[in-house]
Amino acid sequence: MKYIDEFRDGELARQLARAIAAEARPDRSYRLMEFCGGHTHAISRYGLLDLLPPPVRMIHGPGCPVCVLPIGRIDSAIELATQHGVVLCTYADTLRVPASGGMSLYKARAEGADVRMVYSCDDALALAAAHPEREVVFFAIGFETTTPPTAAIIRKAAEAGLTNFSVFCNHVLTPAAMVHIMEAQTDPDAVALDGFVGPAHVSTVIGYGAYQAFADRYQKPVVIAGFEPLDVMQSILMLVRQINAGRALVENQFTRAVSREGNLKAQALVDKIFTLRASFDWRGLGEVPDSALRIRDDYAVFDAERRFGLSYRQVADHKACECAAILRGQKRPQDCKVFGTVCAPDHPIGACMVSSEGACAAHYTYGRFRTAAPQDHA
Amino acid sequence: MSYSRPLDIKNGRVDLTHGSGGRAMARLIHDLFLRHFDNPWLAAQNDGACLPMPAGGRLVMATDSHVISPLFFPGGDIGCLAVHGTVNDVAMNGATPLYLAASFILEEGFPLADLARIVESMANAAREAGVAIVTGDTKVVEEGKGDGVFITTTGVGRVPDGIEVSGDRCRPGDKIVLSGSIGDHGMAIMSLREGLRFDSPIVSDTAALNGLVAAMLAAAPDMRALRDPTRGGLAAVLNEFAGQSGQGMVIHERAIPVREAVSAACELLGLDPLYVANEGKLVAVCPPESAERLVAAMRAHPHGREAAIIGEVIADDHHFVQMETVFGGRRMVDWINGEQLPRIC
Repeated sequence: MKYIDEFRDGELARQLARAIAAEARPDRSYRLMEFCGGHTHAISRYGLLDLLPPPVRMIHGPGCPVCVLPIGRIDSAIELATQHGVVLCTYADTLRVPASGGMSLYKARAEGADVRMVYSCDDALALAAAHPEREVVFFAIGFETTTPPTAAIIRKAAEAGLTNFSVFCNHVLTPAAMVHIMEAQTDPDAVALDGFVGPAHVSTVIGYGAYQAFADRYQKPVVIAGFEPLDVMQSILMLVRQINAGRALVENQFTRAVSREGNLKAQALVDKIFTLRASFDWRGLGEVPDSALRIRDDYAVFDAERRFGLSYRQVADHKACECAAILRGQKRPQDCKVFGTVCAPDHPIGACMVSSEGACAAHYTYGRFRTAAPQDHA
Repeated sequence: MSYSRPLDIKNGRVDLTHGSGGRAMARLIHDLFLRHFDNPWLAAQNDGACLPMPAGGRLVMATDSHVISPLFFPGGDIGCLAVHGTVNDVAMNGATPLYLAASFILEEGFPLADLARIVESMANAAREAGVAIVTGDTKVVEEGKGDGVFITTTGVGRVPDGIEVSGDRCRPGDKIVLSGSIGDHGMAIMSLREGLRFDSPIVSDTAALNGLVAAMLAAAPDMRALRDPTRGGLAAVLNEFAGQSGQGMVIHERAIPVREAVSAACELLGLDPLYVANEGKLVAVCPPESAERLVAAMRAHPHGREAAIIGEVIADDHHFVQMETVFGGRRMVDWINGEQLPRIC
């Protein structure tokens, strides 16, 4: 599989690193937010921070689908599985996210709830078709990348006339979150940002044109970047160049997969099934207007929230957990008091330690040697 | 033996009588195990094997259960794997493996032809490794209560005086040596399960490493530590060494051989080869002055042709394992987090 090696070429990376070092001015800073957890993961896994000069600082963004899901939403999923007796189908990462009262979907399962891990939402639909006697609910999470497949199974369920299948929809929208982060820049605690490494897979669906209004309004450059380490390095160079030139354009580094318009067929399907929610509660960001999707009234029978009368209840994060500030880019994982001690991937307190795309999990797994305190020789 | 119906190896299946202690079980033992394993200790048919005591040195004992699915895979099967696994565990103590015990849990309905293939494969693997399977046990569980066959093997070996191989002996400055490419076994199993096809299929590396270990100890008797990176992969072994010795480790990504098909399959399935199981590789730690000699001796052996120095032991209070990536940056190589690949050995 030659094409992998081309994106993992060490010499090319060092050339890009030299170019970034040469062009980044030492008298200013370049505070770049990588929106996606996929980028956070690539930066940590390939040790890219060591290749960046001091003026360039990477700030982790909120683009980890599991991390931004607030406790109240996990509580509702647990309610579905334990009180409504449904078969709850979910992607693996959500199983371990801590919920209220020390619960998690994993624990609910151990206590007898029928919670099943699926690799694809199609598996949930197939389960419903095979077991007409059971209520099957798919716990749908994620950004624009995972929304079209969810739309597709709802359409299929409608076509097949399934009456025992529904979706607990938690799909959220990237541009709305980016706008929210820029609006919060007036907060005195907010970290100032100079540019964005824009989403990779999300942009294959929505297209890079979707960020134009954002770049124009906030005068910040956005470079859509692939998830390979060389993609990230090249996009950082493109951002440094834009910032030096005082430009704020949307540029597309991920040309092999992203077009201006994106995937129009997928967009049409999403639009047919889903509509905007007035507001959605994000972990870390709080209530963000027009930032998530709900199932249209035409498909209300497939909406688990309506079918089971779920009501959302906001729940505060664990007192010691800094996930909220980390998701806003205000704090780094190592700034959290419980990082790496009480909170670790095997026993997470906050969602950022759960998913491999979470900033805390990435720093714990790949980067904590950089920030570990020297130990006493007692 | 009084008359009993011969085993129908071609078309027969395991039934509950094969584990009941009666004639059918005696037949199974006689026609399969005694015939293929063929050694005087087993042939004595006592409850245990009475073995000559090796003179000098110390005894090493190791045990390993094998529950792999599928039972047959490119490069091997559960039979040879069960021999290699325990032979290697004994050898990783610096010992010469001598004897094995084998315990079978068979599922009712399992084809006798498959069992015969597995037993022959075990016999061949034991012969190649120079060990005798001297005692054993057979149990049969009802259909649905097992998965064809589970095999537990226990091995005994002898380590000569003067050889001290243990994970706690790593010292700063020591070299870390790997015997060959990583991830072959785990990805052979995974690509079979996931139906991935490559131009050249990924083949398990399952092999007995006692010959290689003997050559290594002859070349570098001062070797500090030896381990085979099975479940948890190379990452687990390095973290074990770091924890046992209270040191840190630094490895160099560029020096670690990974076959192209293995890295492609890992990429497709979202796995990191550092965490994927091997069944015919080893990691050694040795003083720096012995490293070149050790690598030369390994490369002269069929199971060590791609041997390479992949890193160094460093002083680190945190006992971290770090890796210099192909990009020149550094990252940690932590313990595996979350679910292991299921039933891979």
